[in-house]
Amino acid sequence: MTELAATDPLPKPKRDIAPILLPIAVALVMIPLIGSPSTWLTLTAASLAMGMMIFIMASGLTLVFGLMDVLNFGHGAFIAVGAYVATLVLAPFAASLQADSLWMNLAVLAPAALLSMAVSGALGLIVERVLILPVYGQHLKQILMTTGGLIVAEQTLYAVWGPQIIPTPLPTSLRGSFIFGDVAIAKYRVLAMLIGLAVFIAIQLVLNRTKLGLLIRAGVENREMVEALGYRIRRLFLGVFMTGSALAGLGGVMWALYREQVHASMSDDLTVLIFIVVIIGGLGSIGGCFIGAILVAMVANYGGFLLPKLALVSNILLMVAILMWRPRGLYAVTSR
Amino acid sequence: MMILSGDPPRSRVLTLVLVLIILALVATPFLFPGAKALNVAAKICVFAALVASYDLLLGYTGSVSFAHTMFYGIGSYAIAIALYGMGPNWAAVATGIVVGLPLAALLALAIGLFSLRVAAIFFAMITLAVASAFQVLASQLSWLTGGEDGRSFQLPELLRPGTVLISRNVLGFEVNGRILTYYLLFAVSAVMILALLRVVNSPFGRVLQAIRENRFRAEALGFRTVFHLTYANCLAALVAAGAGILNALWLRYAGPDTSLSFSIMLDILLMVVIGGMGTIYGAIIGATIFILAQNYLQSLMGVASKAASEAGLPLLPGLLHPDRWLLWLGLLFIASVYFFPTGVVGRLRNGGGDKSADTSH
Repeated sequence: MTELAATDPLPKPKRDIAPILLPIAVALVMIPLIGSPSTWLTLTAASLAMGMMIFIMASGLTLVFGLMDVLNFGHGAFIAVGAYVATLVLAPFAASLQADSLWMNLAVLAPAALLSMAVSGALGLIVERVLILPVYGQHLKQILMTTGGLIVAEQTLYAVWGPQIIPTPLPTSLRGSFIFGDVAIAKYRVLAMLIGLAVFIAIQLVLNRTKLGLLIRAGVENREMVEALGYRIRRLFLGVFMTGSALAGLGGVMWALYREQVHASMSDDLTVLIFIVVIIGGLGSIGGCFIGAILVAMVANYGGFLLPKLALVSNILLMVAILMWRPRGLYAVTSR
Repeated sequence: MMILSGDPPRSRVLTLVLVLIILALVATPFLFPGAKALNVAAKICVFAALVASYDLLLGYTGSVSFAHTMFYGIGSYAIAIALYGMGPNWAAVATGIVVGLPLAALLALAIGLFSLRVAAIFFAMITLAVASAFQVLASQLSWLTGGEDGRSFQLPELLRPGTVLISRNVLGFEVNGRILTYYLLFAVSAVMILALLRVVNSPFGRVLQAIRENRFRAEALGFRTVFHLTYANCLAALVAAGAGILNALWLRYAGPDTSLSFSIMLDILLMVVIGGMGTIYGAIIGATIFILAQNYLQSLMGVASKAASEAGLPLLPGLLHPDRWLLWLGLLFIASVYFFPTGVVGRLRNGGGDKSADTSH
């Protein structure tokens, strides 16, 4: 061992950059395969936008697992509830959504998104208290309880809104694309990227620059120790759970606008997708979740362009490949 | 006791109920005439075996799999595609079995080696992902599987309803190919359940329970836990595929809704939890209760929904509509996990005075 003088700075933890380089490498490898640079740029932008939306939905799930060892199989319900609640605002104000003014459109979209987040967050509170609190520390029962919760939520949506698909057309000012030369990038995708990036930066800032974030990260690493130091980790966890649910609701609104429709079973497909993202990223890791979401979206977009037949199983193949490389996901945060 | 592998029901009421169920199933073709009763009884047989195989995973190893319907579907599709492609003969039935069972076991092996290696919680997530990919695959490969329509096929001569084995004049009722098929289902399901009972009471089954209670300690004792878990996963997949074959033989059809859909997975989960996890007998009880309720209570819901809408109550007609059956199942599911984690069998065993019988803690 080398001796350290008292004035020497502490050795920095080694930065693991291989996972960060992975999506960049994938994107670069795709340039010659796709051939046309403009198609490549469009696909890459599409991947980034889709990845950001998936990240917003998945971030809560991975934090909740990392912090409290709770795997919420009903996370998809928050997404669907968020999307449905948004239609409550979007439908009556359809006229101002059709107006060709960015500010008029945003004046409807923003309250819709906020309401969705509030309702999803409140639902998160109920779910945590009713379904998860009684079964802390029992994985098997957690999975069963939250699966039951997912069914109940989904069926309630069916009972209240009916089985038909609700269209959620994009506001006029967000339709169309920005054209740079022969590259077209849809306006809504740019917005999605911006929101996703903002959420990612906000989460990173809270986690790395505030005392709250310090406690959350400490809780992820060693829950008992944080409790022993006198912090009520249950309350912290409730906060994280509600935030995660609210983010899932926000993701639901964005996904609804992206697909321009809302359906009660949308949570089923998305649940699978965000599970894959969370597994790839490493349970509990926000950075891993971010990279995982982009990778999944890249595979979906590039794969759908190059080999449409393979797109059905491409996510599974991606997951298998990543787990072969790193069996615990890109960043293994928890020791569990 | 030999046939039960030294693991009797251990409760008088439970024994009585089980004997009643089995007698009723044996006598269904004669006691309850009509296609519906026979369909319900056949479904109980198939699901009892399917749920028992799921119990091997959930109850004995404590790992939640969402891919069980996938194996069930593999069995169903294997026999359906074979009989559809090769025509209604016994060679096709044999081909379906010879292809379907190993395919299910191999897939289970692959999934197990990938996901059981790390954390048990990965297993649940990965099985869910794989099962949903498989479901999409089955509906997309329509040249093979018939897509959303599925595959209808004909059974070999001997098993067809038109084949009269013993005419009505001899015994007072007709024994035809349909009834023969029913008894085939009953016998194969019974053999599979008894085999599972044998597995869980073997030293291997004890290791599985040890892994469920404390995987780390089981590993420290020198058991290769990944090997045991994967092996259990393969066994469960084999039985599930077997149940799928039986189901397809009975329905003369295999399609996404009858053999792959996620709602079947939920049904299985619910049956295990209602019956009692980690008991095998719970599978029979759970399947019987659930399928009887599904077939006879669902129509009651329709009546209640109509009554509510005539009375002009808000929201209630929507909630009671037969299509919302899953909503009530979900609530029932949460309630039974919360209030009756040991299920019917656990309750009966504890209530029967034999406290030591409860092995689920």
